[in-house]
Amino acid sequence: MIRLLNRFTDPETRHPFFDQLEKLFRNRTGVAGLIIISVFVLCAVFAPFIAPHDPVENALYEQLKPPAWKEGGRSSNLLGTDDLGRDILSRLIFGARVSLMVGVVSVGIAVFLGTLFGAIAGYFKGWPDNVIMRVMDIILAFPGILLAIVIVAYLGPGLRNAMIAIGVISIPRFARIVRASVMEEYEKDYVLAARAVGAKNGRIIFNAILPNCLAPIIVQASLGFGSAILDAAGLSFLGLGAQPPIPEWGAMIAMGRSMILRAWWVMTFPGIAILLGVLGFNLLGDGLRDALDPRLRD
Amino acid sequence: MLGFIIRRTLIIVPTLLGVSVVVFMLLAITPGDPAELLLGERATEESLDAMREYLGLKKPLHVQYGLFLKRLVKLDLGETIWTRQKVIVEIKERFPATIELSLAAMFLSCLFGITLGIVSATRQYSAFDYLSMLGSLVGVSMPVFWLGLVLILVFALNLGWFPVSGRIGIGTDLEVITNFYVIDAIWTRNWRALADVLHHLTLPAVALSTIPLAIVARMTRSSMLEVLRQDYIRTARAKGLSEIKVVFKHALRNGLIPVVTVVGLQFGILLGGAILTETVFAWPGVGKWIYEGVVKRDYMVIQGGTMLVATAFVVVNTLVDILYAVINPRISIQ
Repeated sequence: MIRLLNRFTDPETRHPFFDQLEKLFRNRTGVAGLIIISVFVLCAVFAPFIAPHDPVENALYEQLKPPAWKEGGRSSNLLGTDDLGRDILSRLIFGARVSLMVGVVSVGIAVFLGTLFGAIAGYFKGWPDNVIMRVMDIILAFPGILLAIVIVAYLGPGLRNAMIAIGVISIPRFARIVRASVMEEYEKDYVLAARAVGAKNGRIIFNAILPNCLAPIIVQASLGFGSAILDAAGLSFLGLGAQPPIPEWGAMIAMGRSMILRAWWVMTFPGIAILLGVLGFNLLGDGLRDALDPRLRD
Repeated sequence: MLGFIIRRTLIIVPTLLGVSVVVFMLLAITPGDPAELLLGERATEESLDAMREYLGLKKPLHVQYGLFLKRLVKLDLGETIWTRQKVIVEIKERFPATIELSLAAMFLSCLFGITLGIVSATRQYSAFDYLSMLGSLVGVSMPVFWLGLVLILVFALNLGWFPVSGRIGIGTDLEVITNFYVIDAIWTRNWRALADVLHHLTLPAVALSTIPLAIVARMTRSSMLEVLRQDYIRTARAKGLSEIKVVFKHALRNGLIPVVTVVGLQFGILLGGAILTETVFAWPGVGKWIYEGVVKRDYMVIQGGTMLVATAFVVVNTLVDILYAVINPRISIQ
């Protein structure tokens, strides 16, 4: 038992992964980010058990109730209700699910395709590199959110297309990082050794090189998660992302906009939720960068 | 140096060709008849036929693209579906509004971002440093459109200090010459209009400046920290210069070089990324115009607007690259 524990805690014998984990836990920024994200993930996973009300159920007699601490507020609707009488807090808690899904799907698309393209470009160099990186340059020639808006305009509004659009616009940042790391690793002896024992290109890329390029990918994924949530909220705010009655934070702000004077709480709390969620991922990204890859510090 | 500038400028051409392919392909892959998409559902059969002829829809795709490119070069971006006005005319009216707003936001970001960055760097690990860096992290995490609404709620609706939306008050007369209202007001010495224009500009510029401000502050801090560790700074201190002279005269010049790049890149992003801010503040710029084009499915507006913004973005980024090489003697331009 103690020997097993030592495999995690003993600096001499444990896997290097745990060294980095320890570094991350010593980093206050990273830990702050982790705490915020844990709350966020718990809300998303256990939403049906935590949320006091159904997020899409209308209550005609409960419209625009103010938060509990304001005059006229009630403890059953802690953060008040919107114009259809839906409980804001419950919608925020269920909204964490939507934002988490957006992050996972769009960052997933970007990491998968970005890593694939970046690895091919960095490993084979020559014309594949040229073609891939020129395409990436073209994607980067559009300011991010504009390209996402235009893609959704043509594909049609909706959460699915918004996630695809956000994924596509984030591909270049991963492709560039992976390409640079692969080019750096390519020169090292272990790649030569792998080739000498007859390993095929695919095996060298995916089993030998890529595991050594993980640090910058993980850092970028954490930061990308934050910006995906922000972009998705922007698209939904414009009516191009999540459609009603999905409890999405950006869409909730858009709805609250028309009653800003009568009911400030309808648009205020979703904004704070977005801010905290994105801040969590940015803090974690900063912490990860310091722990995993000090070279990337700006 | 001249060779580098020419080479760097020439790279614009393939990039813009790529951009035009993307803009062209978006319409081509959208389900439905492009002529009907461009003219709207109520178009007559004759006008649809004329449009098909104009776009060359009966010809193969690469010929269609050739025609598209030919029109682009002639700056013929077509007519909008809703206002039946030339796209290029609408752009001329709206782009100055976007540039004006972006410049105002960049001014605020540089003023406050660089100041925060310098103070944080000279007092590393102080309470001020921690607070300003936490603040800048909050700044990059903030949804701009939400901040815009909060500013409107607090400073426009509740306190009444600023107008809610628009570029100029209804009762204010201004002779429009360049469409840059600040310049027009100064040009015609119309100080009342200038005050009104600046009054309208403040809230949207503040909202739009948060993200670049935060990025500029972080960049200035880290770059200054690096410079302040250099030997020549120690020499400057050793010969007894005051701290102010060391920071502002010796460190700042080198410390600001990377900041220039960030400022330029952010400005490019603002030109196209002001869509949300312009929508919230009903600012009559290109961003809001593209958004309205998306809502009304006016594909001429989307095409023209996207092409314009991407071109501006690419040109600004190229200028930034060149400027960086010019001001940084260490960069090898080979």
